[in-house]
Amino acid sequence: MLKIRNLHATIDKKEILRGINLDINAGSIHAIMGPNGSGKSTLANILVGKENIGNISGTVEYLGKDLLKMLPEERANLGLFLAFQYPTEIAGINNMFFLKTAFNNLRKQQGLNELDALDFMALVKAKSKIVEIDEEFLKRPVNFGFSGGEKKRNEILQMLVLDPTLVILDEPDSGLDIDALQIVAKGINALRSPNKSIILITHYQRLLDYVVPDYIHILYEGKIVKSGGKELALELEQKGYGWIEG
Amino acid sequence: MLEKDLKQSLAQEYKYGFITDIASDELPAGLNEEIIRIISSKKNEPEFMLAWRLKAYAKWCKMSPPTWAKLKYNKINYQDIIYYAAPKTGKNQPKTLDEVDPKLIETYKKLGIPLREHAKLAGIAVDAIFDSVSVATTFKEKLQESGVIFCPFSEAVQKYPELIQKYLGTVVPYNDNFFAALNSAVFSDGSFVYIPKSVRCPMELSTYFRINAAKTGQFERTLIIADENSHVSYLEGCTAPMRDENQLHAAVVELIALDHAEIKYSTVQNWYPGDEKGKGGIYNFVTKRGECRGTHAKISWTQVETGSAITWKYPSTILRGDNSSSEFYSVALSNNMQQADTGTKMIHIGKNTKSVVISKGIAAGMGQNTYRGLIKVLSSADNARNYTQCDSLMLGDKCGAHTFPKISVKNKTATVEHEASVTKISEDQLFYCRQRNIKKDDAVTMIVNGFCRSVFQQLPMEFAVEAYKLIGVSLEKINNSSG
Ligand SMILES: Nc1ncnc2c1ncn2[C@@H]1O[C@H](COP(=O)(O)OP(=O)(O)OP(=O)(O)O)[C@@H](O)[C@H]1O
Ligand SMILES: [Mg+2]
Repeated sequence: MLKIRNLHATIDKKEILRGINLDINAGSIHAIMGPNGSGKSTLANILVGKENIGNISGTVEYLGKDLLKMLPEERANLGLFLAFQYPTEIAGINNMFFLKTAFNNLRKQQGLNELDALDFMALVKAKSKIVEIDEEFLKRPVNFGFSGGEKKRNEILQMLVLDPTLVILDEPDSGLDIDALQIVAKGINALRSPNKSIILITHYQRLLDYVVPDYIHILYEGKIVKSGGKELALELEQKGYGWIEG
Repeated sequence: MLEKDLKQSLAQEYKYGFITDIASDELPAGLNEEIIRIISSKKNEPEFMLAWRLKAYAKWCKMSPPTWAKLKYNKINYQDIIYYAAPKTGKNQPKTLDEVDPKLIETYKKLGIPLREHAKLAGIAVDAIFDSVSVATTFKEKLQESGVIFCPFSEAVQKYPELIQKYLGTVVPYNDNFFAALNSAVFSDGSFVYIPKSVRCPMELSTYFRINAAKTGQFERTLIIADENSHVSYLEGCTAPMRDENQLHAAVVELIALDHAEIKYSTVQNWYPGDEKGKGGIYNFVTKRGECRGTHAKISWTQVETGSAITWKYPSTILRGDNSSSEFYSVALSNNMQQADTGTKMIHIGKNTKSVVISKGIAAGMGQNTYRGLIKVLSSADNARNYTQCDSLMLGDKCGAHTFPKISVKNKTATVEHEASVTKISEDQLFYCRQRNIKKDDAVTMIVNGFCRSVFQQLPMEFAVEAYKLIGVSLEKINNSSG
């Protein structure tokens, strides 16, 4: 599904990503771990087409297409979704309206009919239940005044409604209390299917207890220095990143 | 439905820029006493009107244009302007729609304003003003049944001179300011409304202003009187052809609300804004003022200002009656080279008077958007209250948003609150939208619409749709110009 080859990114003469290679097959969950500033968010942002992230070289193939050549909305349209580490607040756009516009844009481009307000409402209600989001949140402006945890859950709700093919979750667990962590995990697991893949960026083993990854990669100073199964996370938790350096 | 309309309109340019090829009865350019006498005699006016005009003219000659606004424009040569232009449709005014030149009816149809009474705007009475004169007023008979008077100003001068004499100039005196004095001297037509005691006007009243002839100024005058315990909602719309030269529009609007009366006045202003380089467009210097003359009277202003090269406009309310109240809701957008200096004045005189001001300014391109407001509480105004919220939204780095709120309070029991905010649409917000499969243009439109919503909600339904469309069209130009 996704093939990253020799991906480099340089911002202000500083090389943030230093040759990333990664293959992701349909139906798999890959966790990416690594210390602060190692380049995890940068990688995620490059994949979804954020502009002005310096000089980028290398290739990324997604569903057989040259991903780096596409506009962000084209990528989204092909089922690529990023749950942001820091979701942006947009005063003035109603959360429900935002989600409906995004959703119906997808439908249109897939040649499907737009859902009317009632059908869409029913869909959103069903998905909100999974992530235990109250209807009141749908009436508020996008992320506006949401608490950290509420923002994260709202990202998961968007993910479930838009039903993407490849999801990148950038620290969906940071700042969550124990209950919210389980809710978010439930949401992520609800998306799992043999034709969808997930890239899960996290610092903690804890989330991986609930969302069990097929692979774990450790990103360190812009390079994947170690890959392995889920046991890697435990090892990392015990030994810390010093273990990598050593 | 709104969203769909918006989408369609996004593909449009200024679509009202056409010129109607119709013979026009014009006076030569320039202004002097003789011109004023001719205008007055063309209108067959009683003596008191001519005297009033001449008094205004004499005063105007001694006045100079205001310079305090944050506006830059070339000096207007008042001798180059034609002060009277009327479509030639027979000597006298048409009496029924059948006598109106079909070309005019066609013009209004193109503007989306059907003058035929059975047409789709059913439920809204329309007065159509083409250049200097009123060409048609619909639903007259139906309104008359309830005693409502809604007619061209010139007709009111003939039929109801006592009402005109009693109220004209009592809110905006002939010497109020440079542009009001000019208007008082040369105004050629406009709308007149009188709602009798305890009558709720059975339909929305609306005037559409259209400038057509080249080099003409438009100087209309609107006078609305809501007698005790009456209610009226009035809408005003305007468009003009795309021309390379600037055209002057200097209107005066006076509202009078007596005891327990309510007037709701809405404007969707879409004069031609000029091109991206700032060529052409309407200079809009307008004096609008209402007076809550009676107790518990209420006046609401809602304005959507999008289409002038220059906007100089401060719809204001004098809260004279005890317990009277007023609201001002405004969206003003300046794109490209447009400049808007707009706001309101709330003058609290009566006890327990209340006012609310919600102003939303949007600046884009090289546009300059200024909010200028005055909240004045006189010593007599015990327990007066004002709340002002003044928000600016900036799109891009070359535009400007400015606010000049002035507060003057002479009574210790008054409460005056002011809130202000300036927002820029951030790249992060746009990227967030794009990641969710919403294009940049659509994202901007959504954000701006959200920004304007609290004002648009005040508009009657048809006008709200119009307002969203207008903002969509204006934004289309923003997205094109900022690349
Ligand atoms: N626009 C930018 N300009 C300059 N430096 C940047 C920019 N964006 C990212 N960086 C730098 O790139 C490095 C990687 O940042 P990134 O956000 O990808 O880290 P991360 O692995 O996601 O960290 P965290 O775990 O703290 O979220 C950091 O040193 C950061 O300061
Ligand atoms: Mg990060």
